[in-house]
Amino acid sequence: MKFGVLRFPGSCDEVDALGAARRVADAELLWHGDSDLKGADAIVVPGGFSYGDYLRAGAIARFAPVMESVIDFAEDGGLVLGICNGFQVLCEARLLPGALLVNANRRFTFRQVELEVLNSGGSFTRGCSIGERLSIPAKHSWGRYHADGETLAAMDRAGQIVLRYAQGENFNGSVHEIAGVSNERGNVFGLMPHPEHAVDELMGGSTDGLKIFESMRLTVEGAHV
Amino acid sequence: MRAHVLIRPKAGILDPQGEAVQRALPALGFAGVTNVHVGRLVELDVEEPAQLESMCERLLANPLVEDYEIVLAG
Repeated sequence: MKFGVLRFPGSCDEVDALGAARRVADAELLWHGDSDLKGADAIVVPGGFSYGDYLRAGAIARFAPVMESVIDFAEDGGLVLGICNGFQVLCEARLLPGALLVNANRRFTFRQVELEVLNSGGSFTRGCSIGERLSIPAKHSWGRYHADGETLAAMDRAGQIVLRYAQGENFNGSVHEIAGVSNERGNVFGLMPHPEHAVDELMGGSTDGLKIFESMRLTVEGAHV
Repeated sequence: MRAHVLIRPKAGILDPQGEAVQRALPALGFAGVTNVHVGRLVELDVEEPAQLESMCERLLANPLVEDYEIVLAG
């Protein structure tokens, strides 16, 4: 199984994402101007400041040639993980519902956060159990998740609210404490915290982020059996 | 044709920038200021103003969280 990790001008977490993916499978970087996904079985849209975050975070990256291929890949059922800026890109591309707004405290914030798994039946959290807590770092200015009430109710019914900030951890003011959401089909997932920065005991003492990458590997390899 | 596109946070969505400005003004002695919101201005010359709405929907604004207003400047 092979992960494809996108690299835009302004990406900064693609090397960590590549390293995290390589702990569970093969992985390769995919350049933003190249529409070839090189046979990747799953895509990671990494964190950073793609295209300088001009206009809105993710607004320009959404139109990169590689993203046109990623949109087709997702529509065919391929697994797509968006982390931080990647989450913003997937929302701008309408592959995920909602939008990310400036943190309620207006500040860039970097801290370890505790997350709760609300749905462990999906492709990105099958290695977790419901109610399990994951300790993963977050670092962003624009991470306040927003969707309208009707959308949130539909997402809740469909099990699309996959991760939420544990009590007292919702530093960015996200609606319903939402930290990570999937699309209705469950093959596209985005979260603001950075699982790729929690894959080794040396990285803040937590390897919880590996569970996301491992879950993706299990999903892809299960589909091939 | 010169166009201005005004982009504002949708009503009812928390606008921390607007709140910060609203709190700062009284500190400078300006009293009686309420309902402050901070948005963006995009200025552009366009050959086909009819395309502006589509530009706003697809790129200039995020209609899920922002309202936009197109002002043709002539």
